[in-house]
Amino acid sequence: MPLAAYPLSLLLLIPTIGAAVVCLLPPGRERLLKWAALIASLAAFLWSVVLFRNFDNQAGSFQMVERADWFQAAGFRVQYYLGLDGISLLLVLLTTVLIPLALLASWNLKDKLKLYLASILLLEVGILGVFLALDLILFYVFWEVSLIPMYFLIGIWGSSRRIYAAVKFFIYTMAGSLLMLAAIVVLYFLMGTGNFDLVEMIGILKRGEAVLSPEVEYFLFGLFFVAFAVKVPVFPLHTWLPDAHTEAPTAASVILAGVLLKMGAYGLLRFCLPLFPWASAQLAPAICILALIGIIYGALVAMVQPDLKRLVAYSSVSHLGFVVLGIFSFNFQSMEGAAYQMLNHGVSTGALFLLVGILYDRRHTRRIDEFGGLAHSMPRYSACFFIVLLGSIGLPGLGGFVGEFLILQGTFLTNVPAAAVAVCGVVLSAAYMLWMYQRVFMGRIGKEANRRLPDLSLREGAMLIPAIALSLWMGIGSGTFLRTMDGSIQLLVDRLDQVKQAQVVRSDVP
Amino acid sequence: MIEYFWLALVPPLAGFLFNGLVGKRLPARIVSGAGCAATGASFLFLLAVFAEFIRLPAEEQQIVHRLFTWIQAGTFTAECSFLLDPLSMIMLLVITGVGFLIHVYSTAYMEGETGLYRYFAYLNLFVFMMSLLVMAGNYLLLFVGWEGVGLCSYLLIGYYIERKSAGDAAKKAFVVNRVGDACFLLGVFLIFKTFGTLEFGSLFETVSRTHPQPESGFTVLAAITLLLFLGATGKSAQIPLQVWLPDAMEGPTPVSALIHAATMVTAGVYLVVRSAALYSRAPDVLLLIAVVGVLTALLAALTALVQRDIKKVLAYSTISQLGYMFMALGVGAFSTGIFHLFTHAFFKALLFLGAGSVLLRLHHELDLFRMGGLRNSLKVTCWTMWVGTAALAGIFPLSGFFSKDEILWRALDSPLGHPVFWVAGLVVAGLTAFYMCRLMFLAFYGSPGHGHGESGSEAGTAVTAPLAILAGAAAVAGVVGLPAYLGDHRLDHFLAPVFRYSYDHGVSAGHGASHSLELLAGGAALAISLLGAGLAYRLYARDRSIPRRLANRYPGLHGTLLQQFRIDQAYSRFVVGGLKVLSRRVLWRAVDVGVVDGAVNGTASLFRRWSGVATRMQSGNTRTYAAWIVTGAALVFLYLYSVID
Amino acid sequence: MGMVPATHYLALGAVLFVIGVAGFIVRRNVITMFMSVELMLNAVNLTFLAYARTWNQVDAHIFVFFVMTVAAAEAAVGLALILGLDRHSQTLDIDTVNRLQG
Repeated sequence: MPLAAYPLSLLLLIPTIGAAVVCLLPPGRERLLKWAALIASLAAFLWSVVLFRNFDNQAGSFQMVERADWFQAAGFRVQYYLGLDGISLLLVLLTTVLIPLALLASWNLKDKLKLYLASILLLEVGILGVFLALDLILFYVFWEVSLIPMYFLIGIWGSSRRIYAAVKFFIYTMAGSLLMLAAIVVLYFLMGTGNFDLVEMIGILKRGEAVLSPEVEYFLFGLFFVAFAVKVPVFPLHTWLPDAHTEAPTAASVILAGVLLKMGAYGLLRFCLPLFPWASAQLAPAICILALIGIIYGALVAMVQPDLKRLVAYSSVSHLGFVVLGIFSFNFQSMEGAAYQMLNHGVSTGALFLLVGILYDRRHTRRIDEFGGLAHSMPRYSACFFIVLLGSIGLPGLGGFVGEFLILQGTFLTNVPAAAVAVCGVVLSAAYMLWMYQRVFMGRIGKEANRRLPDLSLREGAMLIPAIALSLWMGIGSGTFLRTMDGSIQLLVDRLDQVKQAQVVRSDVP
Repeated sequence: MIEYFWLALVPPLAGFLFNGLVGKRLPARIVSGAGCAATGASFLFLLAVFAEFIRLPAEEQQIVHRLFTWIQAGTFTAECSFLLDPLSMIMLLVITGVGFLIHVYSTAYMEGETGLYRYFAYLNLFVFMMSLLVMAGNYLLLFVGWEGVGLCSYLLIGYYIERKSAGDAAKKAFVVNRVGDACFLLGVFLIFKTFGTLEFGSLFETVSRTHPQPESGFTVLAAITLLLFLGATGKSAQIPLQVWLPDAMEGPTPVSALIHAATMVTAGVYLVVRSAALYSRAPDVLLLIAVVGVLTALLAALTALVQRDIKKVLAYSTISQLGYMFMALGVGAFSTGIFHLFTHAFFKALLFLGAGSVLLRLHHELDLFRMGGLRNSLKVTCWTMWVGTAALAGIFPLSGFFSKDEILWRALDSPLGHPVFWVAGLVVAGLTAFYMCRLMFLAFYGSPGHGHGESGSEAGTAVTAPLAILAGAAAVAGVVGLPAYLGDHRLDHFLAPVFRYSYDHGVSAGHGASHSLELLAGGAALAISLLGAGLAYRLYARDRSIPRRLANRYPGLHGTLLQQFRIDQAYSRFVVGGLKVLSRRVLWRAVDVGVVDGAVNGTASLFRRWSGVATRMQSGNTRTYAAWIVTGAALVFLYLYSVID
Repeated sequence: MGMVPATHYLALGAVLFVIGVAGFIVRRNVITMFMSVELMLNAVNLTFLAYARTWNQVDAHIFVFFVMTVAAAEAAVGLALILGLDRHSQTLDIDTVNRLQG
């Protein structure tokens, strides 16, 4: 099969074709539309599993590389350049897992269904492209492609304050990504390679064939960092997130929390660290402090939220704080833990949003004080909720623990006070989650409307079971996922060590 | 067979999955039968393992089985490995043995509950997690069990989900425990950072090589042991994290017996003993542990004096006895701590189950002052509880006498001990005898203060049989640890291999002190206990007006005691309340919505205001636009004209 | 008879162009405005040709053809738009069509 020679293009092509098919089908045939979209997303998932199986864990470099010239003008060359390494592989897998679940979550949607399904599939293309692109311009294009469908998903199908949330989301992200574009252009002129090839640029910097002056490195790092920090989000750039998560429809919240946030952290790992290791190392203490503020602050603010979705949204701020802390603690365990925590957060928070969405479908409210005693009327639902919640607060045996533990362990090796502060986040996460669980599920049924709520349907079970199974798998058989990352993380660590040693040498010379 | 000891984990896990997944649709008998069978099978299997285990020579009583690699990242590795040594053997037998009896008891106690499948599923999960905790071969796997039992405790305290107080208590237990767990984790990090491994065997071996002598002061080992001990204070309800255990009595009574008396709360003691190789090299931390233990024992015993709730009395008694155990550990007598843990498991489980029997008879009336006169209708309960009371009060020759006496003696005799500990321990012994006898007199004697009549009887063999078996065990369990003047201390010998890497302070060597002195000390303890019992008889069996008058004369003191020195209120007011105010008023409303979002929205509105000016140029009138174009073109033309010249 | 000097053509082109501009700005009828645009285009064409003849080069002729083609296309699209406007709002007064204001 000729297409199999272009595995990554095929992965991008599947949802693109899906979106095209959805657009061409007659608008009245709702079941057909939904099935077409679901099948396309499942096909993408299966194909990414094939990629996972064929991935070579031993090699740290990019695999299944595809490259071709895209366009050339005025001496610069933009390439269509895709590749897969251990970090992006897992994020690709996470994306293709979550998209079918998100589609299942919106099975009952009727309003502008065609546009909705096409948007989600296009969003998938954008996200996958971000994780696969190795050309800076291509990366930027996919980055923007993922932004637009999300803007519409929030703005058209969101709840009451959707326009405000959508615009806020758009402006925040856009501001960040324009800074990134500027940085890309500056980088292009400085490197003088005549192209936007990330791998080549990193190679040149690594071999010392081009040296960025400290001011330039700070400046470029700053531009990239702001773009990614908005997406992560790093405190204090996080205020778009509670609004966007809360107003978005369930499927969009799932994708937003599950994978869109990971694009930021992925960008830090893929661009900031290898391109600007020196500036990263210099600024790491400050960034770690921001991450710690995010961890504690997100947890504390989550504790007092009256709205379920806002609570989960702020918990994301806290969890992503762990990820940033792990990345900028600069050692193998913490960085691998950070990548793992990204994966786990995608699964557990995605599942939490699915669960809140199920409740919202039934009661059309997300206010915590509207509920109480749901364990009586929806026992299966409350059991699922509890397991997912345990995964989120990092109970050993579920996915959250492995990531958090590795981050904290790694951080402890390099920065003891930071680890000590971050551990408080573990305590607080139990506090806010269990308090919420108590108010929603325990006690007597106070409101008549909660008495006859139907328990999980087959469809809802079908979207929760994979998430729970994945969380268990990640908690017990962590090797499956950790081993794929070893090579890529080792490369990053080597790159940072190289800079550290160079500094030692520099400071030794009188 | 012995190398497959870890298979003991399988039946409880299977029981959990069975009841959790399909138990809801099954009749109660199958659900409870499956629950009991799972734990029973595990117990029988472990008995068989034990029979083989004791025949091994002492140096081979350390079996490690590696199942798979759980987490590996760079230099860090955490195996899923199990360890069977004398310490875990004893713990496993206690957990599954007492656990099995309590499962059987539960079939009667929980009869007619709608959520029975949940109850037995959680109970099986607990047995699984607790077995995992004591079987774990490294600190991280131990932590899995550690968090797991906390989770089960949460689920079972909150078992009566419709009660808000149950939910509050469950959440409090979990969160307070998490505070301890966070410290535990930091301890684990520090262990890995310092020694590069978390496996018990290699770690302790390394420690004994690198730190041959104990060092005082704030060494790395002191930091590690301190952090682990803070973890232990959470699980074992010691100062400063003791506040959750009294509230945990919201759970069903068999749960209190199993989790909050016999097994889970002793996990902290287990942790310290397991890490004896570390603790024995940090004498300052040991001193701290002893002080904390003594203070907790004293504080909880004082609090227990005035409680009206039968389960609260027992809960404070548990805290106090755990304090005793920590005192033993603090003076370096690790095996003595395990000895008391062992005997305490029997008599405290017995007392809780007895209290449960009373509650069944009185339809869950908890107030001691509304009981009374139950000795005729609850003969078995009454007698077995007397056995438990006597054992707890340390009356010769019941098991509690031996273990408690040994702790007191070590406190005095050990090179790490101090007479102050001994005196405080004696006071606690007297207080213990007093509050237990008070409980017995109020519940079983005098006139009935309740409306449930004289008639009525025991709940059936499922209740009385476990009581009788536990009473038997509570009576004779002391024989494993006879004092030197009576015979052989078999437990000490059995546990000796566990401490092969520990620094030997010569705690059990018996320094110069004669048997007669030990005998004298034992006599003093016995006398004080009898004194406490006698006082209780005077105050509660004959004339009950004195306590009331005392309470009325000193209401402040009485209230302080009743509310556990108001520590709990202080926590909820300053820590919990403070955090909530900080989060809502300051962080959310002020910082998040005010400052950060305010800055964003402020920028937006700034642009909007300025754009108002620009908007006016956009009139929509085509001809105006055209005029602008012409003007622009004219300007460009003029510019070019000027440049060309 | 001598040749008409190029300046005459240029002057005519400029006059025609200014008439077109003035017509476009002053008149409110869309069709008149449209005719003014055509006038401007042709003024430019005339200028092109004047220069072409002056410099004896044909490049400008190519541009003229381009402009004519574009003008034809513009006429088609523009008239269609005018028809649509008339159908939509029953008026050809440009000042009533100001819905694109900011």
